[in-house]
Amino acid sequence: MNNFQYSRATDIADAIRLLTADPGAKLIAGGTNLIDLMKENVERPSRLIDISRLPLRDIEETAGGGLRIGALVPNSDLAYHPLVEQRYPLLAAAILAGASAQLRNMASVGGNLMQRTRCAYFYDTATPCNKREPGSGCSAIDGLNRNHAILGTSASCIATNPSDMSVALVALGALVHIAGPSGQRAIALIDFHRLPEDKPHVDTNLGTGEIIAAVELPKHGFARNYSYLKIRDRLSYAFALVSVAAALELDGNAISEARLALGGVAHKPWRSLEAEAALRGRAATPDHFSRAADLLLQGATSRAHNRFKIELARRAIVRTLIQAAGATPQSQAHKKIA
Amino acid sequence: MSDVTHEIPERIPIHIVVNGVGHTLDLVPWTTLLDALRDHLELTGTKKGCDHGQCGACTVLIDGRRVNSCLTLAVMKDGAEITTIEGLAKDGTLHPVQQAFIDHDAFQCGYCTPGQICSAAGLLAEGRARDADEIRELMSGNLCRCGAYPNIVAAIQQAMDRP
Amino acid sequence: MNAYVGTPTSRIDGRAKVTGAAKYAGEFSADGLLYGFVVEATIPRGRIARIDAGDALQVKGVVDVLTHAHRPPLADNDDAWKDEVAPEKGSPFRPLYDDRIRFNGQPIALVVADDWETAKFAATRVRVEYDREAFATDLESEHGKAGKLDRPHKPRGDAAAALAGAAVRHQADYVLPTEHHNPMELYATTVVRDGSGRLTVHDKTQGVQNVHKFLCSVFNKKPDDLRVVSPYVGGAFGSGLRPQYQVVLAVLAALELKRSVRVVLTRQQMYGLGYRPMTIERVALGARPDGTLDAVTHEATAVTSRYEDFSRNDTGWAEQLYKSPNSLFSHKLVDLDLSTPCDMRAPGAASGVCALECAMDELAVALKLDPIELRLKCYSDRDQSEDLPYTSKQLRECYARGAEAFGWTRRNPAPRSMRDGKELVGWGMATGVWEALQMPVAVRIVLTSNGHAEVSCAASDIGTGTYTIVAQVAADALGLPIENIDVKLADSTLPQAPVEGGSWMAASSAHAVLGAAEDIRLELARLAKAVPASPLGGVDAPDVILVDGTIAKAGDKARAVSIADAMRHGKLERIEKQKLNHFAEDKSHARNTHSAVFAEVKVDEELGVIRVTRVVSAVAAGRILNTKTGRSQIMGGVVWGIGMALHEETVMDHRFGRIMNANIAEYHIPVNADVHDIDVIFVDEPDDRINRLGVKGLGEIGIVGVPAAIANAVYHATGKRIRRFPITLDKLLD
Repeated sequence: MNNFQYSRATDIADAIRLLTADPGAKLIAGGTNLIDLMKENVERPSRLIDISRLPLRDIEETAGGGLRIGALVPNSDLAYHPLVEQRYPLLAAAILAGASAQLRNMASVGGNLMQRTRCAYFYDTATPCNKREPGSGCSAIDGLNRNHAILGTSASCIATNPSDMSVALVALGALVHIAGPSGQRAIALIDFHRLPEDKPHVDTNLGTGEIIAAVELPKHGFARNYSYLKIRDRLSYAFALVSVAAALELDGNAISEARLALGGVAHKPWRSLEAEAALRGRAATPDHFSRAADLLLQGATSRAHNRFKIELARRAIVRTLIQAAGATPQSQAHKKIA
Repeated sequence: MSDVTHEIPERIPIHIVVNGVGHTLDLVPWTTLLDALRDHLELTGTKKGCDHGQCGACTVLIDGRRVNSCLTLAVMKDGAEITTIEGLAKDGTLHPVQQAFIDHDAFQCGYCTPGQICSAAGLLAEGRARDADEIRELMSGNLCRCGAYPNIVAAIQQAMDRP
Repeated sequence: MNAYVGTPTSRIDGRAKVTGAAKYAGEFSADGLLYGFVVEATIPRGRIARIDAGDALQVKGVVDVLTHAHRPPLADNDDAWKDEVAPEKGSPFRPLYDDRIRFNGQPIALVVADDWETAKFAATRVRVEYDREAFATDLESEHGKAGKLDRPHKPRGDAAAALAGAAVRHQADYVLPTEHHNPMELYATTVVRDGSGRLTVHDKTQGVQNVHKFLCSVFNKKPDDLRVVSPYVGGAFGSGLRPQYQVVLAVLAALELKRSVRVVLTRQQMYGLGYRPMTIERVALGARPDGTLDAVTHEATAVTSRYEDFSRNDTGWAEQLYKSPNSLFSHKLVDLDLSTPCDMRAPGAASGVCALECAMDELAVALKLDPIELRLKCYSDRDQSEDLPYTSKQLRECYARGAEAFGWTRRNPAPRSMRDGKELVGWGMATGVWEALQMPVAVRIVLTSNGHAEVSCAASDIGTGTYTIVAQVAADALGLPIENIDVKLADSTLPQAPVEGGSWMAASSAHAVLGAAEDIRLELARLAKAVPASPLGGVDAPDVILVDGTIAKAGDKARAVSIADAMRHGKLERIEKQKLNHFAEDKSHARNTHSAVFAEVKVDEELGVIRVTRVVSAVAAGRILNTKTGRSQIMGGVVWGIGMALHEETVMDHRFGRIMNANIAEYHIPVNADVHDIDVIFVDEPDDRINRLGVKGLGEIGIVGVPAAIANAVYHATGKRIRRFPITLDKLLD
């Protein structure tokens, strides 16, 4: 690791002050991604600001019937929280599909939103990577890109966001509460992560000195008809090739509300309002699911090794919607795909 | 830029309780809990298998929860209570998981074993695993290259039945 | 007589391993211990134009930075660098020897500091400039440059003509990728220097004496100048057969700085050492309509480095296993800008038999024959390559017992015919084969009058269970409870042993124990008969047995003298006997282990997700010394086979000549969730010819055949034949 300074923030204002004072500083909470990248010399912060003791660990109901989740709530606590299990089982499933039990015990909600890509070139400081060294070039575009993005790519980056949790949060329409030097603001999670465009080194729309304070879930949790399906190269403890979060509101067999998001396919969790709109008011049938998949995957492109992800995603979307419609959500422990 | 300096960051004093024994350490903040245990406290039972949270060999219990000590900065755990493999047996009597690992030959080379056992102890405390599939899934953060997985599952089942 | 041999005895080193007391190479400490961190080359080929450690040396706590331009002397001839398992042809790699870069990840400097983090930090401050050279790392694009190895091989008949005229033919290329061992323990060495300058080298190795001899020759040291120990090895699987470069660097630093030094590689750096070489296996089979083989050819093309010719026996199994009047085999190597491959669990067989057994499955499909029936049609009671009978071969029984346990008769042979909901079910099988080798091993037994024995040998226990089987055999031979047996292993000063590999250590060490114990028995018999009014008066030595801590008459345990009494009267506190094992020379028989592997996969029809839900492995490997640890060995091999079939592949970007998944998050090895029911069956295989105990060894046979059984099951499930491993789901979606 590089020679960073360590500070423990006393409160949120202190953290914001420390962060604003030192442009090379980074926040640390669970550390599961940042320490990994620091050991690879990919991240070289001048200062680590330890926010792990700040009072951002509560999960509480909002006045509007939703749930406000403190940014420091460990992933496992969130997944196993009774209100999440009962009302937002899609989120619980997505979290439990990611990482390992140990890592979920450590990783915070805010940190999960901030986790960086697993692109091998990003990790290997001996190869060019625009995300790591802006302007150095993208090695993946004409290199090993089997697990790279098929949606929202740019000429400078085809990396994917590796989070499972974010996919469910995006599907559920979560908000991110942000505290910063100029006060508080909230943005939709779908707008939190960026597409790479010509600035792939910037993952999110978080501004200078800003901190994630909480994630808010709206009231509607889709607790009956949902599923999170993660397809990967081994049956656990691996990053997604493709993952799908699907949630439906059914009136008989008619879809009154639909949510659909993809992981592992883009620089951000991928959601298409058009695809969801195409489901609304339709019968929950494979044909309609298939059409939604087409819409969600509209504009998908592939490179030399990741063409399969387009078809895989298409089939996975249909399957996940079938699981959701049938109220037979994918189990994260029993590996047979329902 | 921090990159061009050669300074070693200042040491920071911390106090941690490991297996019931308090320790005060002066550590450079880049020291992970894993290296603090192994290099500073000579508690080498906790293993380094990847140093990147990819294998689980470094699993310890912090305040009762299983975590990867390789991705934990020791300075961030000032005041924490840590249990390592060396602290599981009580008065010479093996923890039920330790005994079950011997009974079921749930290891070969033994290198992933302390992490597997601490992880299993954490799993039992969590109470989330009810059948073999759930044990498999919730133990998948602990790699075993010798391939003892079926025996590890059997050992954990024994420890669940006979706590 | 056999209270322990053949029983499911728990590991005698179990308690040390479950309590964290067992210490591995990187865990020994010393006063003033220094830590070394390796700086690696980031190009695959060229020269170091400049290496500047100035900035690194400015970091507080850095003691030195060793490079090729700044180091103590190293041997300058290849012979000195050739360890006991080095390839015959070539110049072994010499770390920090000169400015030449031979492979990406090559060590080019060692930063030595007061602590590990400081060394690692300072390593990023070492500036390197290269003169780059053109390079090649891709087997498939360099395939045409393959050079044929000169191998003893007697072609039978005219394979080309027989193939051309065969009623049914199958020919295909099977591509096996590069794989890395990835033992859980990082490659590590701690060199502890005592006041007189002698070095104790705690090294992660499968052969302490191999490393000892190597270090003496590389550093021009006398045998007493250093000692190599390795009581616990955190997995190795072949990666610790040859001395790893970190042991050279650690000793180099200890000699230069006159301090104790520890060098532990990172997981990423471990990918710069040995690996299972990528291999293209071309198999052709020609058969008559009834399934009897007319022709077998197998041509393997494998990767090696530019500086050594590493090759293993990929094709010999096809040569040996099945009856065929015409056959032809060849092995080719392609030199690339990579480090030299090395042995990895069942080297040659894991890959070669995978290709052969997939090809046999394809032939069975073409012949419309049951895969077991085809193998029985070609079954041979003689080793086909040497035309020799086997000391024992119960492969037929493996097929029968394995098939029965698996329920093979319920298999519908048509692909895609079996289902479980949305999953296609596939049942596949394959044969496994390995050698039953035995090597010279010596064991020393020291028996004390309190009825305790210390059994010692330089052999390693890499997780295979050597400690336990040595204790079992000694306990039975000495008539003592196993608790009274103390086993000391893996110290270069102990009686001789080769590297632990090739599945030879069980038979080799067990018979050395028997030899030493026999000398103890003779000594005790002499002492017991000399006891006043000995109940053994008039009993001949051959009729004296050691049982229940006594020296007794065979068949009449009441006529006995306790060991304590016999030794007291003989005025002996201890009896020490050392013996080199001895195996009767027998060139008239082939020695092999065999297996029949049955696998069930369930494949999601739409998504291609593969689950291995059941494996039955029926193994014929002579007498099983310990059914508990033996079962674990086979189970571990099966897990390796699952990884080989479905997960494992070292991925290289040939534009950079760099491995791009040098970690264990993206180099996938099976996790707990990938492994379900594994049923291990040991088929009864008495063998009084191979050695006294009839032991053959289990380390490799467990993996052989498993990848093919799974690939064949995937075909049976899906109708898709994947010949490029691993079988990832994208290959099923096409």
